[in-house]
Amino acid sequence: MIAPGAIDCDVHVAVPGLGVLMPYLDAYWRERVEVQQLESIDLSLTSYPPTAPLSGRPDWRPLAGPPGSDVALLQQALLDRYRLRYAILNCLWGAQALFAEDMAAALCRAVNDWLAENWLARDPRLRASILVPAQNPELAAEEIARRAGDPRFVQALVLAGLDLPLGRRQHWPLHRACEAHGLPLGIHAGSAYRHPPSASGWPSYLLEDYVSNTQLFAAQLASLVSEGVFAKFPRLKVVLIESGWTWLPAFAWKFNKTWRGVRAEVPWVAKPPFDVIREHVRLTIQPTDAPEEPDTIRALVAQLGSDDMLLFASDFPHWHYEGDAMLPPGLDDALAEKLLVANPRATYPRLEEAA
Amino acid sequence: MTVTLIDRPAESQTRLRVVDCDIHPTFRSEAQILPFLPQRWREHMRTYRRHLRQGLQGTLTHPRMQVNRLDAVTPDGGPPGSDLGFMRQQHLDPNGVEWGLLQALQPAAHAERNVEFGAALASANNDWQIAEWIDKEPRLRGAIQVTQEYPEAAVNEIERRAKDRRFVQVSLSPRALEPLGRRRYWPIYEACMRNNLPLGLHVPGFGSGHASTPAGWPSFYLEEHQTFAYVIMGVFTSMVLEGVFERFKDLKLVLVEGGFAWVPALCWRLDRHWQRMRSEVPHLKRPPSEYIRDHVWFTTQPMEEPESAEDLVRLIDWIGCDRLLFSTDYPHWDFDDPKCVFKVKLGDAEKRMIFAENAKRVYGLS
Repeated sequence: MIAPGAIDCDVHVAVPGLGVLMPYLDAYWRERVEVQQLESIDLSLTSYPPTAPLSGRPDWRPLAGPPGSDVALLQQALLDRYRLRYAILNCLWGAQALFAEDMAAALCRAVNDWLAENWLARDPRLRASILVPAQNPELAAEEIARRAGDPRFVQALVLAGLDLPLGRRQHWPLHRACEAHGLPLGIHAGSAYRHPPSASGWPSYLLEDYVSNTQLFAAQLASLVSEGVFAKFPRLKVVLIESGWTWLPAFAWKFNKTWRGVRAEVPWVAKPPFDVIREHVRLTIQPTDAPEEPDTIRALVAQLGSDDMLLFASDFPHWHYEGDAMLPPGLDDALAEKLLVANPRATYPRLEEAA
Repeated sequence: MTVTLIDRPAESQTRLRVVDCDIHPTFRSEAQILPFLPQRWREHMRTYRRHLRQGLQGTLTHPRMQVNRLDAVTPDGGPPGSDLGFMRQQHLDPNGVEWGLLQALQPAAHAERNVEFGAALASANNDWQIAEWIDKEPRLRGAIQVTQEYPEAAVNEIERRAKDRRFVQVSLSPRALEPLGRRRYWPIYEACMRNNLPLGLHVPGFGSGHASTPAGWPSFYLEEHQTFAYVIMGVFTSMVLEGVFERFKDLKLVLVEGGFAWVPALCWRLDRHWQRMRSEVPHLKRPPSEYIRDHVWFTTQPMEEPESAEDLVRLIDWIGCDRLLFSTDYPHWDFDDPKCVFKVKLGDAEKRMIFAENAKRVYGLS
């Protein structure tokens, strides 16, 4: 059992249906929902079918509704049981996969307001990420500015798979807004599927897509570093959420080596990419894609070359582990302590503002 | 005795016997393929050129810093890799290459949208490998190029070439229209197995038209170079999860130029999440990672360089010394030099395995 007072950096809440958002839509969008009869459409993501084993641990599924739709269950099974200090809510929802940018923006606004009234207001331990319409970075920046006055929102949230690689200059209004408001950019596993999960097209299985999230995260990191996002926005932090994290060192070794050969192409990347990543990138601890061997875990942690990068996350209610085994074996006490509390605090400076 | 490869004296280089599993022969000009094409396709080529799934028909869309080693330009100014005599002098002889396995990437038959033309290009490429390289240099061995999007023609090409044992593998593109585990490609694997030929998958610079990363098209070659690993990771994942190795129990798969540092983390990830969702893939009888132990080999170039040498040792231990096949990628810019590529000490036995014996066994070279 983890020590009390931990900060959980990845907890999922589900929008049970578009109907609950009606009070948070303006007259135009309420009418659109009514006329188009959208209330009953299913906007859950292909990346996380609510019924799949991945999406909900059996003992973390509510009696009714999709996993992550029950405040009381979250309080009892997670917040109370582990005596958490804070839990950061990440709402993965189909608004981020729509093509119509204005509709996406309206739905993101509604989700964020719904989160504030129906989750954050009900438990002082809860914090949340701002769901942003990444389809249009200007609209995403507007949504960040609109919600940033509420310090309970501590991060901006996008899916890992979007229209364009995240480093591309079209996305810079989003990065600028994150930096300006002290919000890390949270990149969560999953995709809007604008591009197939592999360079050879569409795989057959959900398992295959899920495993391939690794390449998606790697490509986003390569893009953010190569395009010079961290040179342009030096205070920006990026959190890779539910990425599996153990892939990072091998990726970074290759990235460093190629950079040494071709760095003239990206003169703004003035130091080895792995150093840039250590400074700006954080990773949540669940899942930890490694065998349950303390020596292996210790070796992988050592390969990260920094104690600052890992953040505690239960990934509630996703199913990656049984019982209370939220941390992989082999972490020494100091590091465990650091990733449970100090690293999240350093990554999310707004956590304390609302306290 | 343990020998350090770093700073190995020049005079002892020739004692290291090497099987180089990735050498690129190059056309002096594209016209070199014409004599090997039937008249109908010669005219097609002259008139319509290539019909590809990218915006540029004559070059890569991410211009390389340089594609080739600058010192590999031939003495008369020809493209690197286009002159057998110079290849012998610059690479095969001084680097102690006992066998050199050709990966003839031109004319990228796999990427041709007109699959009839693609099949003709693949066949012409195979004739060219024999006539211009293998007939002239007994150390070189070929890969049967086939067009994976036209499996029927691919199978015919394999059957027609397999009798010439100087072809030691079948090569198709990992940047295919669909992940390579999918059923449409299985007749090709069946033909490989029937003829006891390993399948060697070399990462190409282009092909399917799908974005080279699941996040979309990258801007820079720095990023594009990372995609070599993603492409191979995707192919590996697909072939394992679709049950290719359950169906084709003797199929050997060699993954060329995709690196290997990613292998442990990907295997752990596959095993872990398979455990949770194995009901989706009931045709798999074992944890995914176990299939690599029996079916998959990795070429070494471009060798990843962990920050700590200890991690390279750990990596090789985990993957298994018997799974790695040395390669240089001559004459490309990111050539790995056999004299100094391993930044750690390898034991004599390990060195012999990685530099030569594993490849001899996989490919049946003798």
